[in-house]
Amino acid sequence: MKTSLDNSVVTRRNSVLRVINSIKTSDIVRTSKRIKHSYRQIRTEKIFRRTLIFMGVAMVLLVLGIMLTLIVESVPSIKSLGIGYLWGKVWDPVRDIYGAYPFLLGTLLTSFLALAISVPFSFAVAIVLGEYYPKGWLSNLLKNTVELIAAVPSVIYGFWGLAVLVPIVRSFETKVGVQPVGIGIFSASLILSVMIIPYAASLGRAMIQMVPSQLKEAASALGATRWEVIRSVILPYTKSGLFAGILLSLGRALGETMAVTMVIGNTSLIPKNIFSPGNTMASVIANEFTEADHPVYLSALIELGLVLFLVTVVINMIGKRIIKRYTTV
Amino acid sequence: MESTIVSTKGFNAYFGTNHVVKDVNIDIPQNNVVAVMGPSGCGKTTFLRCINRMHELIPGATANGTIMLHNENVYDMHPIFVRLKIGMVFQRPNPFPNLSIYDNVIAGYKLNGIKLPKEEKDRIVEHSLTKSALWNEVKDALHKKGNFLSGGQQQRLCIARAIAMEPEVLLLDEPTSALDPISTSSIEALLHDLKKNYTLIIVTHNMQQAARVSDRTAFFYLGELVEYDDTKKMFTNPKDTRTQNYITGRFS
Repeated sequence: MKTSLDNSVVTRRNSVLRVINSIKTSDIVRTSKRIKHSYRQIRTEKIFRRTLIFMGVAMVLLVLGIMLTLIVESVPSIKSLGIGYLWGKVWDPVRDIYGAYPFLLGTLLTSFLALAISVPFSFAVAIVLGEYYPKGWLSNLLKNTVELIAAVPSVIYGFWGLAVLVPIVRSFETKVGVQPVGIGIFSASLILSVMIIPYAASLGRAMIQMVPSQLKEAASALGATRWEVIRSVILPYTKSGLFAGILLSLGRALGETMAVTMVIGNTSLIPKNIFSPGNTMASVIANEFTEADHPVYLSALIELGLVLFLVTVVINMIGKRIIKRYTTV
Repeated sequence: MESTIVSTKGFNAYFGTNHVVKDVNIDIPQNNVVAVMGPSGCGKTTFLRCINRMHELIPGATANGTIMLHNENVYDMHPIFVRLKIGMVFQRPNPFPNLSIYDNVIAGYKLNGIKLPKEEKDRIVEHSLTKSALWNEVKDALHKKGNFLSGGQQQRLCIARAIAMEPEVLLLDEPTSALDPISTSSIEALLHDLKKNYTLIIVTHNMQQAARVSDRTAFFYLGELVEYDDTKKMFTNPKDTRTQNYITGRFS
């Protein structure tokens, strides 16, 4: 009994000795290296986090800065024209009269008209790519083509509008019996509607692809047709995403400058109908900025920019509200 | 002798060139619970999904052979009618998250554009939920959304949704594999009651479950129907060595 105990003590001591002997100086060096490395890891982590925070704060400051600049630069105009600037119906720099109403109207009119024209196309593309043909070369072709629409420079749309669209609109106007000008709110809306298709389409496609297949199968197993699955499962499930896509499109339409300015007619008159020439806020700023030869004129243009900025902010806020309310899932 | 409700002849199913269900001949008697068991990848779920023609919804999936429902080949019928007559419950509970419990139960009618008077809808909802043993638990919350329900309750809601359409056959694709043991036993008890009115075909990879709930069992292996017999006979005296090996746990 005693010997066996001794034996076990001896074995244990031997094994401890073996461990001690096996520790080499190189191990100690390695351990200290590892600790050093850990410190470095912690430091990298800190730097990384600080960089991220700095960038986030920079973004916020940038937007606030832009807004502040707009406000400061608009002060002369706000002082001399007052709040009446917003609904002033006449914009006549020669007589020093500045009213933003025609352009506010022009901006909203072109944007919402463009939206109304483009949304059916966007949704059709989103449903085709998201549900019917998510894969395959044809699907890729359509997807890339639609995305390319967003990549074409807007001045090219302006050219295309002038060369192709305006004559078509003009002959259409002759047929319906309005003054055949061609250029005007309607042409601008058509151009815009093409340009904004990809925004709602891409987001809509991504949303529709994310609908869980088990929900679609549940509906199919209850005897629903493809269309019934889309209407009763996919659209309700994705409605907030689809709406967000519309909002993206609208934001693009509100701010678009070059293509609009080339086909809208650039008059400061209040548009009588959707075929009359008009102007948008962004387009006026682009056209008249270099001509603004006295401080109030310049300031009035900057205030126009401020109004445009606020309009987009308000529309975005309303949109976010709606998205929040309808996000059920 | 019980009458046969579903019977297949020389039935094959494919994913692209992959032959997953091979020459299956099987007769399903009415008002029975038939368990389809086998190791994963043996084609049992695919076979089940062929019966109500859900299989063909997957791109590249094809099938041939006949599946008779009474005296009609389901592959000659319009798939929509097939799915109205043959209901399905899926592996994961999938109630519609944007609908209330009430609307979930009558979702089949809504989806198919069938308009019903309110009393009729109320009757169907109560009837279906009672049959799926959920009525007492949810009768005070019918117009709330179903997302507060437990997994087992959601699965019973899905069963209610399927039987609300009054199908003749109910297909269950591993209905308890995503559930806890208590929910599982409540669903199994439910299956026993449901067979009075419906014919049930249940896919399961759980042998004990097949033994507990079914009258007849089909054993699938590598896409083939190896053995199909009375559940008791199958588990006590399997004819095929592959069945024997599976039941005794030599592979799973």
